[in-house]
Amino acid sequence: MPKSQQRVLIAKPGLDGHDRGAKVIARALRDAGFEVIYTGLRQTPEMVAEAALQEDVDAIGLSILSGAHMALVPKLMALLEAQGQTDVPVLLGGIIPDQDVPALNEMGVASVFGPGTETGAVIQAFRTAIESTDRGH
Amino acid sequence: MGLVDRALDGDRLALARLVSEIEDETPAGDAALGELFPHTGRAHLVGVTGGSGTGKSTLVNQLALKIRSGQGNGNPKKVAIVAVDPSSPFSGGAILGDRIRMRDLAGDPGIFIRSMASRGALGGLARRTRSVVQLLDACGFDLILIETVGAGQSEVEIASTAYTTIVVDSPGLGDEVQAIKAGILEIADILVVNKADLPDAPKAVRALRMALELGYPKGAITRTQSGQTEPAAAPSTWSPPLLETIATQGEGISALLEAIDRHRDYLMASGEIEARRRGRVRAEMDQLLRDQLAVDFLSARGEEAYQQAVERVLARQLSPRQAVQGLIQGEVEGR
Repeated sequence: MPKSQQRVLIAKPGLDGHDRGAKVIARALRDAGFEVIYTGLRQTPEMVAEAALQEDVDAIGLSILSGAHMALVPKLMALLEAQGQTDVPVLLGGIIPDQDVPALNEMGVASVFGPGTETGAVIQAFRTAIESTDRGH
Repeated sequence: MGLVDRALDGDRLALARLVSEIEDETPAGDAALGELFPHTGRAHLVGVTGGSGTGKSTLVNQLALKIRSGQGNGNPKKVAIVAVDPSSPFSGGAILGDRIRMRDLAGDPGIFIRSMASRGALGGLARRTRSVVQLLDACGFDLILIETVGAGQSEVEIASTAYTTIVVDSPGLGDEVQAIKAGILEIADILVVNKADLPDAPKAVRALRMALELGYPKGAITRTQSGQTEPAAAPSTWSPPLLETIATQGEGISALLEAIDRHRDYLMASGEIEARRRGRVRAEMDQLLRDQLAVDFLSARGEEAYQQAVERVLARQLSPRQAVQGLIQGEVEGR
């Protein structure tokens, strides 16, 4: 029987229109054997949480370059909790000031990536985050 | 409450997790399907197929929007969408991007969208698409839209999965001979030329109309005063209507929905629905039987004998067919 395939959502919440980073990560994850659900630009936290629920993903990757992460991430985390998706790790990439990282981790974000991160490191972080949950199969 | 009862009760998280169990072919998924199967058979299943980039996802988005906005009478139907995209033959990974075109549908609890990777299946759907559709049917979705991978000419499995198959074409993809080749056009219950605002659209419409008229006896097609070809009133035959849409602007969607309803009525009135149901069950059981026999056979015979057979084919001592015959008859051993 085929072993269960890992599925991740790559989403760009907020209003910035720079999706190159998200696409690079989506492609790298695809080449590492993940099924990547890609939702495109300008998603609200509600749209991200709902897509993650319907697609039953094993992890969520967010790309935020607008500076609105301290507003968007807590909203998403609250929605995920309300829906019972507490076992889905959230990873964040983009332009995130260092001083925000502890607070984001505190909210439950598994990893935060800045510019220049190697794609290999991102893939490894997804694997580690998924294994650390009971969705790690 | 278990996942099955919760899903039947309308719990979307439970439904989503059951889809994964089914997709991953786990024992829990198989058990759930067995339990749910008596609840199936109520939904109308509509397939949407056609080449990549013809606008299938955008069209599906518009169809779902229109249905949910309550065209027709009574309560708007609950709509599920299953959208299949290809898996990489190398990494097994996939980019499932159909949701990009379906953002208008977000936030509507009467809609459930699920992306599936084809996971190596070649018929335009994933191996477990039929099972996932059964789950959604059992959970009370009235209409299920099934979008195939970008299909070329022979990905026709959708015809044995859906009751109404829509084939989407767009201008500039080929000449009149493409239109009369066997395969994907033959499975169309409804033909759509999307992107009808492009300059080459009239040419595409002409080519398809010609192909339709070659394929269907004259009596089966009546011409209305406007010169449009329309299926004859008699319910004993169906000739596929040819519709034009501009999905990005929502144009032609009402006519397409009406055609879907008409086709459904035709299936019911003519009794054709029974033949299609029978065909679907056969197709699914054939597939499951083949898969199961292959798995059982290989686990009984062992990987080693199979490897040896492969080696002998590589050495050109046996043809692939002889090797398989030998394996089945137990003749390919150490050598």
